[in-house]
Amino acid sequence: MYAIVAGGGKVGSNVARSLLSMGHEVTMIEQRQYRYEHLQHEFEDQVLLGDATELHVLERAGIARPPELVLGVTGDDEDNLIICQLASEGFRVPKVIARVNDPRNQEHFDLLGITQTVCATANVLGLVEHEVPEHGIVRLLDLRKENLEIVELQIDPDSPAVGKRVAGLRLPDGARLISVLRNGRSELAEDSTVVRPGDQVLAVLEPGKEDELRRVLLG
Amino acid sequence: MKLVVIGCGRVGSAVARDLAEDGWDVTAVDEQEEALTRLGDRWPGGFVVGHGMDADILKQAGVPDADAVVVATNGDNTNLVIAQVVEKRWAVPCVVVRVLDPARAKFYAARGMRTICPTQTAISALSEAVRREAAVRA
Repeated sequence: MYAIVAGGGKVGSNVARSLLSMGHEVTMIEQRQYRYEHLQHEFEDQVLLGDATELHVLERAGIARPPELVLGVTGDDEDNLIICQLASEGFRVPKVIARVNDPRNQEHFDLLGITQTVCATANVLGLVEHEVPEHGIVRLLDLRKENLEIVELQIDPDSPAVGKRVAGLRLPDGARLISVLRNGRSELAEDSTVVRPGDQVLAVLEPGKEDELRRVLLG
Repeated sequence: MKLVVIGCGRVGSAVARDLAEDGWDVTAVDEQEEALTRLGDRWPGGFVVGHGMDADILKQAGVPDADAVVVATNGDNTNLVIAQVVEKRWAVPCVVVRVLDPARAKFYAARGMRTICPTQTAISALSEAVRREAAVRA
């Protein structure tokens, strides 16, 4: 596979190194002179000096071939978004992935059609949420393309769902239970599964249905 | 008619003043509070301090019901992203965006954006001036 990695900071250089060790062909683009010189020692002619949002720089990196993958992983969200748009809309690169530095910019990436994004801050926050759940509901996975998310809930003894069968729960439309973890063992949630105190429940739902699901399962 | 100008530097502030004089209801947005001084002592319009990538700031400036938005911060990519967000999210009927890099200006113009490229204007004017001068001497 041929990949262009735009941005030679910690993220870009480590990803480039990994891709190279997996046997892929890589060109990394870095616009800062001092960083470029430093990278050259390791990456030699696989790193290019320039602004990856300039078309002639992308062309020198071989964007017209086109590569199978372009990563916009600079420290600037606007740059990453534009790099991905130029690659996917201008050169039909089949797969583009953007780094989101400021989680508040995520909505812009979604709106402008850059669906594959990675946000370290959001990931760390997700882990924090997992360790310190705030409203009893932990978001485990965002399935953006499907417009679904997978969440985890812990059933308290005073939950209104305790003692009820899954079929008897008034789950909101667009939400479904996946599994129940009880005494260290997980089983798929069937209609006949009875909810018990201490259960850890996985559910899949449409974003925005969290409150309704919480009301049914947690009270 | 309501206009929001995002980026109140030399260009943005002059456009804001120009159209305010024409009678537009203008609000300018800039990260720097000092940018307000560029609008003159008796600025009749609004001014919001904040970044154009911040949707709340754009709402505060009245972008959702603006008739026109001019995007002229000092970053090409920032301008291109803000202009697309304004068009897609709020369907503002007239969005004009300054892009200094001719290649990017052309790329996004081909996708239907109203890009203004001062660099391209300078290139054309300079070449044309030389051609005219040479033709006179020939």
